[in-house]
Amino acid sequence: MAMTFSFFAVIAIVVVALIGALSGLHFVFGVILPYAAFAIFLVGFVNKVLNWASSPVPFRIPTTAGQQKTLPWISDSKLDNPTTTIGVIGRMVLEILFFRSLFRNTSTELRSGNLVHGPAKWLWLFALIFHWSFLLIALRHLRLFVEPVPFLIQGIESIDGMLQVGSPPIYISDLLIIAGVTFLFMRRVILPRIKYISLAADFFPLFLIFAIAATGILMRFVFRVDIVGIKTLLVSLANFSPVVPDGIGVIFFIHVALVSALMAYFPFSKLMHMGGVFLSPTRNMANNSRAVRHINPWNYPVKFHHYDEYEDHFRDVMKDAGLPLEKE
Amino acid sequence: MYDSDKIIPGLIIFVGLMTFPIWSSIGKAEPKPEPKIDTPAINQMVKKQCVEDTHFMKTSHMQMINDWRDKVLRDGERYYTNSRGEKVMMSLQNTCMKCHSNKDKFCDTCHTYTDVKPYCWDCHIQPKGIKQ
Ligand code: HEC
Ligand code: HEC
Ligand code: HEC
Repeated sequence: MAMTFSFFAVIAIVVVALIGALSGLHFVFGVILPYAAFAIFLVGFVNKVLNWASSPVPFRIPTTAGQQKTLPWISDSKLDNPTTTIGVIGRMVLEILFFRSLFRNTSTELRSGNLVHGPAKWLWLFALIFHWSFLLIALRHLRLFVEPVPFLIQGIESIDGMLQVGSPPIYISDLLIIAGVTFLFMRRVILPRIKYISLAADFFPLFLIFAIAATGILMRFVFRVDIVGIKTLLVSLANFSPVVPDGIGVIFFIHVALVSALMAYFPFSKLMHMGGVFLSPTRNMANNSRAVRHINPWNYPVKFHHYDEYEDHFRDVMKDAGLPLEKE
Repeated sequence: MYDSDKIIPGLIIFVGLMTFPIWSSIGKAEPKPEPKIDTPAINQMVKKQCVEDTHFMKTSHMQMINDWRDKVLRDGERYYTNSRGEKVMMSLQNTCMKCHSNKDKFCDTCHTYTDVKPYCWDCHIQPKGIKQ
């Protein structure tokens, strides 16, 4: 059900864009839609992060995946259990760039009657492949938005195409992203426990990203489009003086509609983990709760009533009742 | 709001990166490439047309010369019949570059604009007078 719904939602976007492009609504699908989607993306993203930032973290909750700093002769794990800001930055870098905590993923299964816990690295590997190729592809697309093309982007472009297979050459990241997204999808279908907890919100982004990659690859190798025309359009979008050249090709508008759907959906979806990973309290806090006092931000000023004051207050009554007093 | 000293700069960096194409283009003219076709070979032509129609050439020339290369080197066929029924020799240097001998003002204008660097010229010889 979740899967069917997501599948047809993506098909619907494709069909709407196809009909729109065929009926000549190039300005709508080439200019208005991307502008609107990008605006929703930026405003929605910032809004979401500000919303998160307005919730306090009541106490330090770093996960401690290594020896804590204690006595000087016990060596502590500086990245997995950081006590300093530098250590936290190191841990965050490992987390964001290399998915350190996913690397620790384990699986538990029954093997010939015994419950065994073992490492499970495939998810980590394919998640890494998927995210890195997504990043490279996004960066590479800057060649179509920026003139002159920045040096760094040229470097990425030539490394990505270094296999020099065919003309235009195959990009390594194209193969990798398809492999990555296929793995992430298959695990939701094949593993019964994962399938059970998968929702439309899990399948839809996978299908959408698959469709984006597929239309991109088709556009490169099968339904060729006028790339110079496309760059003219995209540069003009970046300059806020949009012009849509003729004869770009229908598949381009489908590709753009899918990407626009992704951008507009982003702030309201699980994809916000892109911003969320920076705010994960179990990762971005130093484990220094023994050294530094962390005050719960929503503590209100407590009115204390010490025993001394209590005794002063009730001295007479207590004396009458014969209770022992500290001060007479 | 909590931790605004870290979150606000983070968001500013995020928005800055995402809008890179917008602010990096401020004040730059839009140089759209204009491939020049005034070469001696083309100027002699009565009807100025390419091997196939212009739209096809614009979008698919790289696939076409790749097919040519495969046909010549793997199947030994040296001639291509285009959609107008004319026979053309399948050759990068002797066909394309004979007409488009102004590589730097033709092929390269588009290729620099879209950041493609065909590696063909590692081996094939460019028309005379064009530096690598
Ligand atoms: C007989 C001479 C001739 C040959 C051979 C030739 N071309 Fe052309 N080509 C032309 C002419 C003339 C035009 C301009 C057509 C027009 O403006 O409608 C052109 C246009 C083009 C265009 C489109 C340029 C634009 O303005 O968008 C490309 C790309 C191109 N040629 C590539 C090639 C390639 C690659 C080859 C080799 C397979 C080739 N040409 C062989 C004469 C030739
Ligand atoms: C109208 C602009 C234009 C002209 C003129 C042009 N090209 Fe291209 N060419 C392109 C674009 C755009 C690509 C990249 C296609 C892509 O990235 O999918 C390309 C790609 C190529 C490729 C594939 C290499 C790669 O890395 O993608 C070859 C080979 C090539 N062109 C050869 C030529 C030759 C030879 C000429 C001159 C005869 C020429 N082109 C003229 C626009 C042009
Ligand atoms: C490693 C060197 C090398 C590279 C790089 C190379 N070629 Fe070639 N190419 C050759 C050789 C050698 C021949 C054989 C020439 C012959 O037998 O006529 C050839 C022949 C061809 C031919 C048919 C014959 C002719 O006269 O042109 C085409 C077309 C061709 N190459 C296109 C390309 C294109 C397009 C590229 C870039 C995408 C390219 N080649 C890159 C070495 C190379």
